[in-house]
Amino acid sequence: MPNQDPNAYSRRLFLQQGVTLASLASTVPWFIERSAASVMHPLGSAVSSLAGVPEDRVLVVVQLGGGNDGLNTVVPYFSDDYRRARPRIGIGAPGENNTSAGQALQLDADAGLGLHPNLTGLKELHDEGMLSIVQGTGYPNPNRSHFTSMDIWQTATHDAKGNGWLGRYFDNQCNGTPIPEASISIGRTAPRALIGSVQKPVSFESEQLFRWLGQDLHTSMKDPYDQINRMGMPEDVAAETQASFLMRTALDAQVSSDRIRAAVRRDPLVNYPGNNNLAQQLRMVAAMVRDGLSTRVYYVTLGGFDTHANQLNSHGNKMRLFGDALRIFYKDLKAQGNDSRVLTMVFSEFGRRVKENASGGTDHGTAAPMFLAGPMVRPGVLGQHPSLTSLDSGDLKFTVDFRSIYTAVLEDWMQTPSKDVLGASFPKAKVLI
Amino acid sequence: MPETSLRALPKSDFDFWAAHHLLARAGFGGTPDQVRALSQLGLDDAVDYIVEYEGLPQPDADASSFRADIMRPATPEEAAQLRDARRAGDEVTLEKYRQMRQARQRTDRAQIADARKWWLERMIETPRPLEEKMTLFWHGHFATGYRAIEDSWHMLMQNQMFRENATGNFASLLSGAIRDPAMLRYLNNNQNRRQRPNENLARELMELFSLGEGNDYTEQDIKEGARALTGYTYSDDTFVFNERNHDSETKSILGRTGRFDGDDFVQIILSRRSCSEFICLKLYRFFVNDAPTVPDKEQSRFIANLAKKFRASRYELKPVLKALFRSQHFYDQAHRAAVVKSPTQLTVQVIRTLQTPTRELDALTSAGALMGQNLFEPPSVKGWDGGRSWINTSTLFVRQNLAVYLLTGKRPDIYDWQLSPDKYEPNHLLAHLQRNTRGQVEPQEALPYLCRFLLGTTPHPTRIASLTEFTNTHGGRVDGDRLLGVLCLITSMPEYQLC
Repeated sequence: MPNQDPNAYSRRLFLQQGVTLASLASTVPWFIERSAASVMHPLGSAVSSLAGVPEDRVLVVVQLGGGNDGLNTVVPYFSDDYRRARPRIGIGAPGENNTSAGQALQLDADAGLGLHPNLTGLKELHDEGMLSIVQGTGYPNPNRSHFTSMDIWQTATHDAKGNGWLGRYFDNQCNGTPIPEASISIGRTAPRALIGSVQKPVSFESEQLFRWLGQDLHTSMKDPYDQINRMGMPEDVAAETQASFLMRTALDAQVSSDRIRAAVRRDPLVNYPGNNNLAQQLRMVAAMVRDGLSTRVYYVTLGGFDTHANQLNSHGNKMRLFGDALRIFYKDLKAQGNDSRVLTMVFSEFGRRVKENASGGTDHGTAAPMFLAGPMVRPGVLGQHPSLTSLDSGDLKFTVDFRSIYTAVLEDWMQTPSKDVLGASFPKAKVLI
Repeated sequence: MPETSLRALPKSDFDFWAAHHLLARAGFGGTPDQVRALSQLGLDDAVDYIVEYEGLPQPDADASSFRADIMRPATPEEAAQLRDARRAGDEVTLEKYRQMRQARQRTDRAQIADARKWWLERMIETPRPLEEKMTLFWHGHFATGYRAIEDSWHMLMQNQMFRENATGNFASLLSGAIRDPAMLRYLNNNQNRRQRPNENLARELMELFSLGEGNDYTEQDIKEGARALTGYTYSDDTFVFNERNHDSETKSILGRTGRFDGDDFVQIILSRRSCSEFICLKLYRFFVNDAPTVPDKEQSRFIANLAKKFRASRYELKPVLKALFRSQHFYDQAHRAAVVKSPTQLTVQVIRTLQTPTRELDALTSAGALMGQNLFEPPSVKGWDGGRSWINTSTLFVRQNLAVYLLTGKRPDIYDWQLSPDKYEPNHLLAHLQRNTRGQVEPQEALPYLCRFLLGTTPHPTRIASLTEFTNTHGGRVDGDRLLGVLCLITSMPEYQLC
C-alpha cells in the first residue's frame, strides 16, 4: 500500500516548527493551520497561506466547451480563402455592408483581423490593453473527438492520460496534504484539469448546494448537525484512522462552506447581466477573490460551442455571452482593486473546419485562438495566423503548442518550474509582461 | 494446518455485528432482519450463502431492451456510398452520413445512461450482492471508459463478462480481457500489428491488471508482450485473431522464450507469484482496509497467505474469498468501519440497509458522477483510486445530501431531480427493540442502536449526545419524522462514510 497519509505533512511541519501549534492541531481545519504556519514563516503578503504559491495571484480558466469556431471569433476578413470557404457564415470586414453574417470589429487593420461582431466586450478589453490573443493554438496529431481533445487540453498530455495539469501543479505544491479551497470550479462536475492525485478541487454549481440540505427540514436539525460536523477530531480518536481523516475533512467542509457562501452572498460592485450564465459564474469568482479566499485557481465553463448547423445565431449568442462576461468581470475586479491579481485564460478543445458545411455550420477542426486577459498580459494579437490554404485534412495547422501558453502561465504567473508540471519543457510563449 | 494468519473466526464470535460487517463488505449491507438471519446461519454457512450465490435467483432488472447495433460498423453498401461521395466531393451525401452518425451517437449516449441506471438498480435489487460487488471490483480493475470507445453495447458485453466471472477464475478474466472488444479498443490493441506494434495493452496487462506497476517486469517485457498481442482485435461485436497482423516470431517474455501469442503471454503472467500477490492486495484493500498506510507485518502475512491460497487453487477466486470472509483478521475490530464507501456503495447501502425508496435512478447516477464515480466512466485505465480519494469538501456534502434525498425525497431545487413523493417509513428499523408502556422505544435504547447499526462500529459518545439533544427538543420520542431526522443526522456523520 502506498504511504500517502495526508496527515503526514502537517505532522512533519509541526515537528519541525516546534510545539506551539500542536495544541491546535486536532481541532482546526487544515488551512487555518497553514495560516498559522505562514505567520511563523511569513512569505510576504498577509493574504498568503499556501507555501510555494506566489502571493495573491489568481488564475481563472474559462473553458468554452464543444469546440469554438476560432475563425469566426478572430476573423481573418482579409483573406479571400476565408470568404470562399465560408460563403454563408463568413463575417465581413469592418464597414463592409453586403454580408449576411455581419461585420467584424476591427482588431488589426494591417493584418486584416477582426473580432466577431458580438465581441464588443472583448474589444473593449483589447482597446484597454488587457487582452492577449494567441493565434493558432493547438497540438500535434490533433484529435477531433470532443472528449479526447478536451482530455488532451486538460491533462496537457498527448495521449489524454493521467491527472489534470493544474491538479499536478497543486500536487507538487502540497507535499502530500490536500490544500482546502486551493482550486474551485463552478459547475456540476469537477474538471479533470484540476484533479490531482492528492489535490481535488472544490466544485459546486451553486453555493446553495455547497451545504447540508438536511437543515432545511426543520430548525432543530442545525445545532446537532453542527456539533457533529464541526467537532473536528476529538482527542480520543487516534490521529491516523479513517474516522479522524473524515472528521477533519468534515470540519474543513463546514468552514469552506461558510466562507464561500458568505463571500458569494455579498452584492457585487458592478451589475452583472442576469441572463448570462458565464457572467454569473464569474460574479461568484470575483466575489471570492474580493473576499480574500486563498484559492489560486478558479475554473468556469461555457458550453454550447458545438455548432454543426445554422451556427450564425447560436455562435453569435455565445460570442456575446463570452465577451460581455469577461468585460464585466474585469470591471468588477478593477472596482475591487484586484484586477492586477487575476489572470484569465480562455481555451476550447478545438476550433472548427475551415470550410462551412452544408447545414450552415462547421464541423470539428483543430487549431484556434486562445485568450489571456488581465492587466499583466502582453496585449494585442500574438503569434502567427495559421495558413488558410496549407491545411491538414481541411483543418488549420497549429502554430503555437498550447503547452507553451501553459508554460508561460506556470512560470511567469504561478512562478513554478513548468517542467515539473508538464513533464517536458516547452518553449515559453511571451504572453505576459 | 491452515496458516495462522488465515485462522478462522471462532464460531461463537460470529454475532449480529460480525454478520453486519460481512454483509456490508461482501455486499451492500442489509436490514436488521437480514443481518440477524445471516448471523443465525453461523459463520461457515453465512459465508457460503454469500459466496455460493449461484443457487439464488437473478435480480429482475431487465436488459432485454438494450440494442447491440446502435454503433454497428457501416454495411458494405454504406461504405461504398461514402467512399464514392468522398471521391466526388458530394457534400450532400457526406452531410447525410455525418448527421446519421451524430444521431446514432446521441442514441448510444442515451443507452449508456440507461445501462448505468440498469446496473445500479441491479445492485439495489440483487439477492446476490457479492456478484455485483465483484463485478464492480473488476470494472475498476480492468477499467474501460465509455467516453473513449463510444459503444454502449461493448460496455454492456464487458460488464456481463465481469459478472459471469465475478467469483470464477482470474485466469478467465485475464484472457477475457484480451478478447474483450471494449478493452481492445480502449487500449488500442486493434492497432497492434506485426508491422507496427502498439504497446498499450501489453503495458497495462502487466502494470495494472496483473503484476503491479514496475513490479517484476521490464520495458523489454512490454515490447515483447506487445508482439505476442499483435493481431488480437475485434470486428463489430466479436473478438478476432487476425493472423496476418500477428507476429509469430520468437519472443522472450519474463524470462521465457517461444513463439508466444497473447494467451501464452497471459499464462506466463499467471505463473508469476507477484500476480497472485498483486490481486490479493487489491482484494484486501477492497474488502478489508483501504487506509493509505503501508501494510504492517500481520497484514502483509495475511495478504501473502491469501496469495498462496490463490496460487494453490489455480486462481480460483472462491476459495480466496471464503478464506478471507471467514478469517479472524477480517473481523478484527481494527478493520471494522475501516473502508471508505465508494459512491456506489454509499448509494446502494443507504437503500438496502434502510429500505428507503429508490426514488429517481437518474438522480442517483448523477449524484454518483458528482461524488466521483460515474459507472462505465472510470477516470482512466487505472480505475478509481478509492479510499480517501473519494472524500473532499465537495463530495462530502453531496454524500450527506444524497442520504437526505433518499430518506426524505426532498432535493435541492437546482438539481434537475424529480421530487419523489414516496414516503419512507423507517419504523421497521426499531421493530425488535423493547417498547415502553406508551408503545414507544426509548431514545436511550434506540439512539445507540441506530448509530451502531448505521456506522458499523461503536459511535463516539458525543454522537449520542448530539442525537439526544435533537430528540429532547421533540419530546424524547424516536418515531415518524423524528426518526427520519435522527437518520438524516446519523448519515451526516463523517464516520458514516466508512463501512
